[in-house]
Amino acid sequence: MLNSKIPAGKMEDKWVDYKGHCKLVNPANKRKLEIIIVGTGLAGASAAAALGELGYKVKAFCFQDSPRRAHSIAAQGGINAAKNYQNDGDSTFRLFYDTVKGGDYRAREANVHRLAEVSANIIDQCVAQGVPFAREYGGLLSNRSFGGVQVKRTFYAAGQTGQQLLIGAYQALERQVALGNVEMYSRHEMLDVVMIDDKARGIICRNLITGELERFFGHAVLLCSGGYGNVFYLSTNAMGSNVTAAWKAHKKGAMFGNPCFTQIHPTCIPVSGDHQSKLTLMSESLRNDGRIWVPKQKNDTRKANDIPEEERDYYLERRYPAFGNLVPRDVASRAAKERCDAGYGVGTTKQAVYLDFKHNLINKYGRTEALKQGIENPDLETLIRLGKEVVKEEYGNLFDMYEKITGENPYEVPMRIYPAVHYTMGGLWVDYELMTNVKGLYCLGEANFSDHGANRLGASALMQGLADGYFVIPYTIGNYLADEISVKPIATTHEAFEQTEKAVKDRIDTLMNIKGKQTVESFHKRLGKIMWEKCGMARNAQGLTEAIAEIQQLKKEFWSDVRIPGEISEMNPELDKAGRVADFIELGELMCKDALQRNESCGGHFREESQTEEGEAKRDDENFAYVSAWEYKGESNWELNKEPLEFEVVKLTQRSYK
Amino acid sequence: MEHSMINLTLKIWRQKNAATPGKFETYPVKNISIEMSFLEMIDVLNEELISDGKDPIAFDHDCREGICGACSMYINGRPHGPWHANTTCQLHMRAYKDGDTIVIEPWRANAFPVIKDLVVDRTAFDRIIQAGGYISVNTGNAVDANAMPVERDNAESAFAAAACIGCGACVAACKNSSALLFVSAKVSHLALLPQGGPERKSRAMSMVAQMDKEGFGSCTNTGACEAVCPKEISIENIARLNREYMMAGAVSDK
Ligand SMILES: Cc1cc2nc3c(=O)[nH]c(=O)nc-3n(C[C@H](O)[C@H](O)[C@H](O)COP(=O)(O)OP(=O)(O)OC[C@H]3O[C@@H](n4cnc5c(N)ncnc54)[C@H](O)[C@@H]3O)c2cc1C
Ligand code: SF4
Ligand code: FES
Repeated sequence: MLNSKIPAGKMEDKWVDYKGHCKLVNPANKRKLEIIIVGTGLAGASAAAALGELGYKVKAFCFQDSPRRAHSIAAQGGINAAKNYQNDGDSTFRLFYDTVKGGDYRAREANVHRLAEVSANIIDQCVAQGVPFAREYGGLLSNRSFGGVQVKRTFYAAGQTGQQLLIGAYQALERQVALGNVEMYSRHEMLDVVMIDDKARGIICRNLITGELERFFGHAVLLCSGGYGNVFYLSTNAMGSNVTAAWKAHKKGAMFGNPCFTQIHPTCIPVSGDHQSKLTLMSESLRNDGRIWVPKQKNDTRKANDIPEEERDYYLERRYPAFGNLVPRDVASRAAKERCDAGYGVGTTKQAVYLDFKHNLINKYGRTEALKQGIENPDLETLIRLGKEVVKEEYGNLFDMYEKITGENPYEVPMRIYPAVHYTMGGLWVDYELMTNVKGLYCLGEANFSDHGANRLGASALMQGLADGYFVIPYTIGNYLADEISVKPIATTHEAFEQTEKAVKDRIDTLMNIKGKQTVESFHKRLGKIMWEKCGMARNAQGLTEAIAEIQQLKKEFWSDVRIPGEISEMNPELDKAGRVADFIELGELMCKDALQRNESCGGHFREESQTEEGEAKRDDENFAYVSAWEYKGESNWELNKEPLEFEVVKLTQRSYK
Repeated sequence: MEHSMINLTLKIWRQKNAATPGKFETYPVKNISIEMSFLEMIDVLNEELISDGKDPIAFDHDCREGICGACSMYINGRPHGPWHANTTCQLHMRAYKDGDTIVIEPWRANAFPVIKDLVVDRTAFDRIIQAGGYISVNTGNAVDANAMPVERDNAESAFAAAACIGCGACVAACKNSSALLFVSAKVSHLALLPQGGPERKSRAMSMVAQMDKEGFGSCTNTGACEAVCPKEISIENIARLNREYMMAGAVSDK
């Protein structure tokens, strides 16, 4: 029953053929068609701008006060594109291949190939919008490298790439607002999808200023609502990032794909205490120039700079000589955990490893600068000074952030880092056209499951969000809407709107009337702890089974003892949070069920029962080369559907970065 | 590392909604770890308020990494608090001593009306961008990204201006509530790039016109904005905006 709608033909022809044959909507009809876009991060803002430009009537929604503040703004390191400006052997094929391999062969080849094909257009479009990417002295674009690949294909703007890309998309969106093609609703939270005759036809939103429920009609609904890493409470995601939009769609019939596929990022600032509200990423790009190490001696209490070179274990370089510090994230995270579990961790909590810039600061940057400036036989001090200047230009904002948070100066002492939840590869199941199994309901960006398999490579989420919004949906949505041109806008007094709004209202009333004793935050923390301990970096059948029972218990407690202050008909951030945490609790259960049924290790999903002798993730292609797509069947009840993954081009092999 | 704890007195602006007048309330907070961020300290207070059956303090925040521009507290008379080039969310309690009193208010400006407690309405900034803060290029129109080299100095200055996070601290710090630093950052970002060239004149004119319409005050060059800007947006951008504006004025009677 799952039809992924992958076009026939050779891999490199599929998208071209699709575009050549998909249905089109003529300009006059586009003006009669209304599209709802939930979320205006990179995926949503680019979709809203592109569809507005085409002449559709777009309504876009976000819960922040402005679309410019979506979580995408925080992306640091960069965006991939197969431009091969470096002449180092990159190509569409290689980006496609790296992404399929990096995802540990659990992504759909055809989608990934399309992503690689449009990647170059994204960079062109962004530069035309005025995105100030880093440049070389000759005025041309600069690249850096990211994990899991051996070419330099990452475009960047210091450590603020997401900000610059989002501002570009935001400006394009605001231009369409000014032209009247897009209506923007900020401080609005979508709380349900309205279904009419088995098609998505609208949404119910809570106006976060007044608390009122509002109804909106659309011929199609696009969810671009981001990832759900905050199910772990602590993550690198923004505080407001949540699963609610996707979860409501799931409960209306949209299947959830690979919910357990979570990315734990190796380089984040470690937890400092119980008060911690979020974790901060130190971009993967730092692994270009930083070397990761722990002391060779257990429980070494010396300061980092007092530990001599020969007593340091550069464990990534030791274990993976070919990729060294640039192994993919899942591999680097597990290796850090392994060292800390074995007693080699550093810092007060011993749950940290060092990320050290000294070597490259002096040797790579210091020396090059000295050469450039014609300084002969520079002394160490000069090299350090020159190196610092370059490092500041490349990563200044990240170094400043580290210092503000930890009170330590990373130009002088190595950073302490530890893995943290960062990204969710899972999400709503979508077909090649980015439509969920619910007609007229699409899902773009991090919220869908499609392109990253079991592990996302760095700098590819920004690429995917913008690919979906600027270059995929403008084609695929026409293929659906071409058959909808005779459908007149449906009045929001229609009974389906009435009923859906009533269900939303009843749930809010129930929540407010519990009047229990425990805060929303305390439930969220408890959920996060269960998820991190039992469905985190390492998972096993026993832990997952326990987690499922614990989450079901937590859910009961939540619905009988949560305390939400304030009123419904006003700005009430605790009420907003309560709705999101309630959905996270349900999602947490599904994630554990998914992790339990996938009795193999792949990418970021590490089942302790399935590992190689060296402790690497061991896939089981015979039994698990599929996407798990879960269908909601009522409380704590899901049915598993499988979309088999066929690999026509990339050969399935044990991933190796040695 | 020792986790030292401090006790503080907070005086916080409470206002139920735009229509109701607000006032300061005093709250003692105890056992605050100096490792905490400022917003985590408010989280602790809010958890206590909820447990006591009181309404928690509403404030805007999201990324807590100093990049989304949502957080916006006026702390002891200074937007974003005492640290240089910093946002409220990146301020850490190391900045305070045991026994300190901290006064916390929302941004105050006619163009930023209070919605609740410390939350203000900054949609005026979005409308200024709508007036011309973009390059008019439809998706699919772009030439190869390397077709047009950009002089590195210009690229760097454009990037420095583009670093603005739209927080509004510049407006909050200005005695006239001028938004000129914000507007000049956007105008400079786009004017410094060749791609932004064709619309330079109309952009400066329309964005300034919208800024006036929103009720922001005029600039009297006090430099208070630059001093508090978390992204160190330079006041030189205002000089550039003035030049752009005059140039546009000179040719606009065509
Ligand atoms: C710290 C950090 C650094 C990163 N760095 C990189 C990087 O260097 N390179 C890279 O490729 N990727 C990076 N990523 C990943 C990448 O940033 C995200 O995956 C990507 O930006 C997600 O974009 P999005 O548009 O799908 O969602 P988001 O940007 O999360 O946007 C979600 C939108 O949905 C809205 N929304 C959500 N729910 C609702 C609702 N119910 N009602 C209304 N609106 C709703 C929000 O308001 C928001 O507008 C990073 C991630 C983090 C956390
Ligand atoms: S110019 Fe500075 S203070 Fe003003 S909005 Fe931008 S970042 Fe904030
Ligand atoms: S919360 Fe995003 S800048 Fe402070």
